[in-house]
Amino acid sequence: MSGRKRSWETISFEVTMTAAALLALLLIIAPSLVVLIVSFTSGFSLKFPPPGYSTRWYVELWDAWQLHFAARNSFVVALWATGLSIGLGVLAALAISRSRALTAKLLDSLFMSPLILPALAFGLSALMFFSLVGLQVSALTLVIGHTVVCVPYVVRNTIASLAQLEPTLLESSSILGASRLYTFRRIVLPLIRPGIIAGAFIAFMSSFDNVPVSLFLRDAATDMLPIRMWQDLEGKLDVTIAALSGVLIMATVALMAVMEHFTGLSRRLTS
Amino acid sequence: MSAAAGAAPGDVTRYGLGLAAPLALFFMFFFVAPLAQLFVLSFHNDAAGLTWGIGQYAKFLTDPFSLGVLGSTLVLGAEVTALCLVLGYPIAWLYHRVGGRTQTLIILIVLLPLLTSVVVRTFAWIVILGRQGIVNNTLLSLGLIGTPLRLLYTQGGLVVALAQVQMPLMTLPLITALGRIDPNLDDASCSLGAGSWRTFWRIMLPLSMPGVIAGCTLTYAAAITAFITQSLVGGGQMLFMPMYLYQQASTLQNWPFAAAISIIFLLAVLAVVTAFTMLGRLSSATGDAR
Repeated sequence: MSGRKRSWETISFEVTMTAAALLALLLIIAPSLVVLIVSFTSGFSLKFPPPGYSTRWYVELWDAWQLHFAARNSFVVALWATGLSIGLGVLAALAISRSRALTAKLLDSLFMSPLILPALAFGLSALMFFSLVGLQVSALTLVIGHTVVCVPYVVRNTIASLAQLEPTLLESSSILGASRLYTFRRIVLPLIRPGIIAGAFIAFMSSFDNVPVSLFLRDAATDMLPIRMWQDLEGKLDVTIAALSGVLIMATVALMAVMEHFTGLSRRLTS
Repeated sequence: MSAAAGAAPGDVTRYGLGLAAPLALFFMFFFVAPLAQLFVLSFHNDAAGLTWGIGQYAKFLTDPFSLGVLGSTLVLGAEVTALCLVLGYPIAWLYHRVGGRTQTLIILIVLLPLLTSVVVRTFAWIVILGRQGIVNNTLLSLGLIGTPLRLLYTQGGLVVALAQVQMPLMTLPLITALGRIDPNLDDASCSLGAGSWRTFWRIMLPLSMPGVIAGCTLTYAAAITAFITQSLVGGGQMLFMPMYLYQQASTLQNWPFAAAISIIFLLAVLAVVTAFTMLGRLSSATGDAR
């Protein structure tokens, strides 16, 4: 910076970039703020700004049993899919992280491909496959489908934290006579745990929010929250959905704060 | 790393590839097999699977309506990706200009849409763009318009909404890429007399190409499959590939045709991803030559 002439050109560049960045950040944050404000409306419509403020729609939410039912289903499926993703994903990440074999590279691409391929096509194919092998659509098929699309987050974040692990630590531990399992439990796991938790957090959120896979693999008994909300919105613009959105936004912000505190989520996703 | 590469099988710093077997088997059974079956099914000429052939593909590729749906989906992805790049790049630039606490704040703001439910995010845009929404109310009270504008169910509204929804996928790789550029290059370029704009176009942008490519790939793939946002903000008037696929499979129960749509959609996504990857190799190759 020292000695650089603050010429008109420099100023025009920095002003343009800063203004564009602030505009973009505003664009990102505005929708969530607008929903939060509208959810406290005292009126019957989604008019902005609201005519007055009340918590009536949050009270209304208390009795919306269909939404409760769907939310419980989504929560249980997300929990199982995340657990399965951690179990399968961490093992796979250990296997492929330091390997230079072609097999490892191919497996890595395979495990990442659900992030790129259209999930709706996978949802349809899974439905056809389950009906072919005679597996009824149920919570089980939902957990399997969700695990396929959520496991990449666990694999990716675990590989990233394994890459930062000093190999000499493992050698030292081995030289000092520790078994591989002991080294894993006492050295590797504590060091990569924040990465696993961050990956599991994103996997959980994306399962809880999944539509394309659930759309094909659910039935009336396994109604899922995002789909319930989507179908409610297609029919009419319900203010109860605004209150539910408010709850989800506040829960997300709270979870993000917790994750930031315990795993340094923001650093993890930009390094 | 180089020492580990030539290590014996007893190497304690690595784990056997066998640990990947459970997930590999899980994927073979529940990911590869279903997609393979989908592929096979797309060659059924009729719903019962009595005759085989490329009938479903011929039907899609000779039907102007189907081709129109494919075309508008690909165009939509391009528009969203371009808007995300134009808005996401300045955020990544600002990120590397501010202190630690502000950096964390920027990341958390960027992450918020990624982690909030997609239905909630889309719902927000309905509130903003609706007839009584914030945009129309502001314009009306300023006297700029006499009657509410139709913003919802338009291409423009959909592109802005999708860009907001997918912004994190563009911004995060860009922040990573810009962080890898040696800050001295910027100072060197400026002290050699190049202005800020020129330094940006000639130094910063070419060096951040890996991030641009990665961000564009992720944003594009996500934008064209964003079923919920497309159907709620786009409305029934605009039809894109995911909804087309869903209608054929679910409402019409035309599974072979839905399978063919899926395969064509998959191939289109793969083609775009491959094109971006090649572009990335090309740009880094010319970057090295400079």
